[in-house]
Amino acid sequence: MSGPSSFPTTITTGAPQPSSEAAQSQVQEMTYAEAIREALREEMRRDPRVFLMGEDIGIYGGAFGVTYGLIDEFGEERVRDTPISEAVLAGSAIGAALTGMRPVAEFQFSDFMAIGMDQIVNQGAKLRFMFGGKAQVPVVFRAPLGSGTGAAAQHSQSLEAWFAHVPGLKVVLPSTPADAKGLLLSAIRDPNPVIFLEHKLLYRYKGLVPRGEWTIPIGQAEVKRHGKDLTIIALSIMVPRALAVAERLAEEGVEAEVVDPRTLRPLDEETLITSARKTGRVLIVHEAVLTGGFGGEIAARIASSEAFYYLDAPILRLGGAETPIPYNRTLERRATPQEEDIYQAARRLLQRRPL
Amino acid sequence: MSEAVPALSPEQMRCLLQTMYRIRAFEEKVDELFMRGEVHGTTHLSIGEEATAAAALQALRPDDYITSTHRGHGHCISKGADLKLMMAELLGKETGYCRGRGGSMHIADVASGNLGANGVVGGGIPIATGVGLSIKMQGLDRVCLCFFGDGAANEGTFHESLNLAAIWDLPVIFLCENNQYGMSMSVRKATRCETIAQRAVAYGIPGERVDGNDVFAVYEAVSRAAARARSGQGPTLIEAVTYRYKGHSKSDQNRYRTRDEIRAWQERDPIKRLAAYLRDHGLSTQEEIEREEAAAYQAIEEAYQFALASPEPDPDSLLEGVYA
Repeated sequence: MSGPSSFPTTITTGAPQPSSEAAQSQVQEMTYAEAIREALREEMRRDPRVFLMGEDIGIYGGAFGVTYGLIDEFGEERVRDTPISEAVLAGSAIGAALTGMRPVAEFQFSDFMAIGMDQIVNQGAKLRFMFGGKAQVPVVFRAPLGSGTGAAAQHSQSLEAWFAHVPGLKVVLPSTPADAKGLLLSAIRDPNPVIFLEHKLLYRYKGLVPRGEWTIPIGQAEVKRHGKDLTIIALSIMVPRALAVAERLAEEGVEAEVVDPRTLRPLDEETLITSARKTGRVLIVHEAVLTGGFGGEIAARIASSEAFYYLDAPILRLGGAETPIPYNRTLERRATPQEEDIYQAARRLLQRRPL
Repeated sequence: MSEAVPALSPEQMRCLLQTMYRIRAFEEKVDELFMRGEVHGTTHLSIGEEATAAAALQALRPDDYITSTHRGHGHCISKGADLKLMMAELLGKETGYCRGRGGSMHIADVASGNLGANGVVGGGIPIATGVGLSIKMQGLDRVCLCFFGDGAANEGTFHESLNLAAIWDLPVIFLCENNQYGMSMSVRKATRCETIAQRAVAYGIPGERVDGNDVFAVYEAVSRAAARARSGQGPTLIEAVTYRYKGHSKSDQNRYRTRDEIRAWQERDPIKRLAAYLRDHGLSTQEEIEREEAAAYQAIEEAYQFALASPEPDPDSLLEGVYA
């Protein structure tokens, strides 16, 4: 069983598989946090319209150190420390985006996006539509989500489903360093508001990341591991956990397919449905509270598709307990799916007999 | 009216009168169309407040930006909007500024620097602040004029935005149209402060209170603020004291104020005051003024006819414009 103190620190799954030696030299091992920093740095070098704003992102380097050192290269004008004012952080990024800039705004914790929610949901997401399609709001809102750090109820939530519910927003949750870089470059170049959610436990995960230009289209899922016996659809931190479970199952002769949607809106329904149809058994895992969690949407899409006729068992969902995230270490771990929970759920799913 | 000789030319004054007549004619027509059920949803009229919008925009350049409010027809017309496209928007037509998707509360014309009315009280203030940041980072010689009401001055966004604009010296003019009521709540009950303008002290920026029904006073205050903003000295808070004759929106029964109060403000009607000034100073004849007024109503009628004749949006186009 893996937890905050025993997570693997090296995860290479999902990184590109270079086919030649020349390509090998084009990749570099780095952490998820470094990959995000590299994407920011490269895009700021490439496009003078790109700038960063957020609380303590300058000399301090951000609460999780993601922007550390960028102020040395780009200065205070393009790495802007803001006062602790999340509503105007969100709103001013939207205003700047509306008039020709490409801001990347960092929220210190995704929980604090609640303070900027009017600007994100009622303004940024809707301006283009309300204005008859005659405006663009190319802004990225980056924020760490998730539990596992002992930060308790107001610093640990997974609120991705809130944002995925809003037409006009795009919602991205990368699970590997390579995905983080490739998706962030795409997010910054996207002409729409993009919510970019980074799991704080993933920041120190390492993986191979392509140097230089490396983009992953928003709205494209990835099969992180191929298998034929069941499909585990996992979001964010649940991807490495699902992969670890898949290894354990493989030792027991079961081949699990692990699929990472990577983007919730727009959702790559086809990849999910194809996998469900192939394996006939689907387990959906996310850290967010189960009720109203995005897993319900994924389950519904699969159940409403032709994959329904290929299912050998009801779709199983695993999500956070119906509680705020507690402080106590044991309770905190109990509140969200851990590897053992995923393993047990997979086993339950495999035991269900076809109708 | 201000006693000092105004900085406006007679031509500019006549232009202001024209703009104010157009705003009033537009809104009276909207009121009528609403009663007849031709405009649905809700509508917020600024009748009585025309001087602030018209004079503030007269003090700016065509390439300056504005953000507006739910009570924004006057801002839009003063920014130079095409009355036909505005009326078409209110009738929900495809030819409207927002292809009928926005309606009264969301009219915008981004290409001309009108960054939109806003359905959320205080919602446009952070956006205007970001526009100021954008102007500054791009090194442009522009300003952003942010309209909001006395009600919005008690939203958190007001405080966050004024503070941010102040610390970064952003070229933003925060123009509070204090029309005395946030829906039904009197501004006197909604804040302990004597004025909204005095709150500028809290952010270390200049604050000024002017008679919002006096085109000259508004013009001069906004001109000063624009000059400050363009010279890199940062934002200004202006409070324009004015009054709306009509209710907050269509549901308003006017239970929170008296007829006498409304009548007293109508005595200080901004259009009558400017017309009297032009007449008294020999700048326009009564006949010319009446001709201007009639021309405004005629222009609105033409806009209405254009809107009526315009097509509805194609239902199959519903999803257009959600994403770029």
